[in-house]
Amino acid sequence: MYNKIVYLMIFMIAGMINVPAQVKLNGAGATFPYVIYSKWFDEFHKQTGVQINYQSIGSGGGIKQVIEGTVDFGASDGPMSDEQLKEAKAKQGTDIIHMPTVLGAVVLSYNLPEVKEKIKLDGQTIADIFLGKIYKWNDKRIAKLNPGVKLPNKSIIVVHRSDGSGTTFIYTHYLSNVSKEWAKKVGYNTSVNWPIGLGGKGNEGVAGMIKQTSGAIGYVELAYAVKNKLPYALIKNRAGNFIEANFKTVSAASDGAANNMPDDLRAMITNADGKNSYPISGFTWLLIYKNMKDKKKTEALVKFLRWALTKGESYAESLYYAPLPPSVVKLCMKKIDMLTVNGKPIEVK
Amino acid sequence: MYEKNRYADGKWKTDRGEINLIGKMKSVKKSVKSSRVYIGDLIYEKMTLIFAIIVFMMVILMGYEMYINSKMSIDKFGWNFLTETTWDPVEEIYGALPSIYGTLVSSFLALLMVVPLSLAVAIYLAESAPGWLEKPLSFMVELLAGVPSIVYGLWGIFVLVPWLREEVEPFLNEHFGFLPFFDGPMYGFGMLAAAIILSIMVLPIITSISRDIMKSVPSIQKEAALALGATKWEAIKIVLKNSKSGILGAIMLGLGRAIGETMAVTMVIGNRPIISESLFDPGYTMASIIANEFTEATTELYLSALIELALILFVITIIINIAARLLVWSLEKQWKRN
Repeated sequence: MYNKIVYLMIFMIAGMINVPAQVKLNGAGATFPYVIYSKWFDEFHKQTGVQINYQSIGSGGGIKQVIEGTVDFGASDGPMSDEQLKEAKAKQGTDIIHMPTVLGAVVLSYNLPEVKEKIKLDGQTIADIFLGKIYKWNDKRIAKLNPGVKLPNKSIIVVHRSDGSGTTFIYTHYLSNVSKEWAKKVGYNTSVNWPIGLGGKGNEGVAGMIKQTSGAIGYVELAYAVKNKLPYALIKNRAGNFIEANFKTVSAASDGAANNMPDDLRAMITNADGKNSYPISGFTWLLIYKNMKDKKKTEALVKFLRWALTKGESYAESLYYAPLPPSVVKLCMKKIDMLTVNGKPIEVK
Repeated sequence: MYEKNRYADGKWKTDRGEINLIGKMKSVKKSVKSSRVYIGDLIYEKMTLIFAIIVFMMVILMGYEMYINSKMSIDKFGWNFLTETTWDPVEEIYGALPSIYGTLVSSFLALLMVVPLSLAVAIYLAESAPGWLEKPLSFMVELLAGVPSIVYGLWGIFVLVPWLREEVEPFLNEHFGFLPFFDGPMYGFGMLAAAIILSIMVLPIITSISRDIMKSVPSIQKEAALALGATKWEAIKIVLKNSKSGILGAIMLGLGRAIGETMAVTMVIGNRPIISESLFDPGYTMASIIANEFTEATTELYLSALIELALILFVITIIINIAARLLVWSLEKQWKRN
């Protein structure tokens, strides 16, 4: 009897020693891609045993933690600024690589019960609505874009996000891109000094305000609008076509941008070229240290990135994200090959 | 004079002769002094002292940390931070005035609406309600305090705001539109909605504390008044007079809750950093700005300005608490003199 127990204990201890040390990675940052990231980390954990913890604390927090070196990787909806990159290099002794993962798009949702058709808008008109210069739905300029549609004589009530967000960053970047006046008066950031309008907290806050207020117009994430069946406007792109936002037109926008992608992949793709490109969209990035110190962790991270950008992308559409087009994945793979451990390149099968 | 003479020599005349009170007290004190000091008592005393000091130090530390972390913004904007009306994260110009205004106006407006209501409910519960009604009513009022603020916010968006926009604001505008408070476009979202939500959230605090205080007034006083021929209302007035300082404290607690409330207010106030006399217009509060923008504040100055807002909120809360304390003290002194 005692012998049995002793054997059992020996087996147990041996078993504990035999278990390979589990690799754990810690990341923090953007909330927008959290749904797909947690799906990726979960699937990747099932397949390889590598555990990745991700805290969705917001892009600002993600960037800060990358600069301080308290995480193995960060995530952000807006690219890091040059000063932030310099600061990170000074503190961590290595460059930061921006790795696009999926795409998000922003749509203009509205509340006009009288209008059955999807309304059409162009950049200049949208900017003037959000500047307060166009304030009636039956304004000549909106009517001109929507021939045959009977627009009501209603005040336009502008709704925007009140919390800082990557969605606002992409949206205001687009407005700055299409309207000089917007660029000069307001500019772009995760939150801005809005000339007019009501602020709602989060996508649900903005959507709630739009639903409640007849004559309202506001911007929400594409995924949110699709899931909640909100009507949204067709937007005129650079090529002059009115485009409905969906996963294909968003991917097309990044495909159009891939040709003149900057070397560090910090590209904003609002108002992109291409016949079918939806103009208000953008990447979300993982922030990776170019040179890392821990070999096991680095290998696991590289393995994960390669998996995410190939197999992982197939989860995107079912979770309402737009996948990266192959042209951008190719650029990312090249970046992954450049990662090093203590200055030496990594060999991962 | 008679009373004083009675005690002056420490002797108290009773039917069974004189009792030497001072002598008795001295002997009790002696026995306390001579008894052994237990080490457990000593440790217990010092421990509680340390914990009490920790609470105090935490407040100091919080203030200090906020000051250090907002140094950048304080150095850059100085006192202008308090008077500047722009909040522009792109140009990095930050001013707190609209949000200070929003915080104070929404909170005081809420108090204005809720204090009469709360007191009426408290008086009814403490003095008039029959027993079978008092218990469930008190329970319902206290239940209001347990509702999470996000639930109030959602209720605000889906019930209160449409009602304000469709019914209340047009009514106010039609009949009181000559006042600047009830003028301008009617969104439903705005200062009025925020104040109403706050007043509902503050109601249970003021009501239940006031009720408890009124109940703690000795019933002999009320009974004496009634026996002397006072009406019911006159008797209640005596109870109210005796619980004044406690009720004031309850109101201050409510105000503290209103000033710090974040989520529900953010959801209905419209979140625009402007100063407008119209209650229909959107506004912004300090707590809302911090909650909204903290996570995505990417530059150091931006973060520093947000922390300075927190510091101002902290200072305002402390000032209000001190003012409330002083008010209660001075009132108590006045009543004692009378």
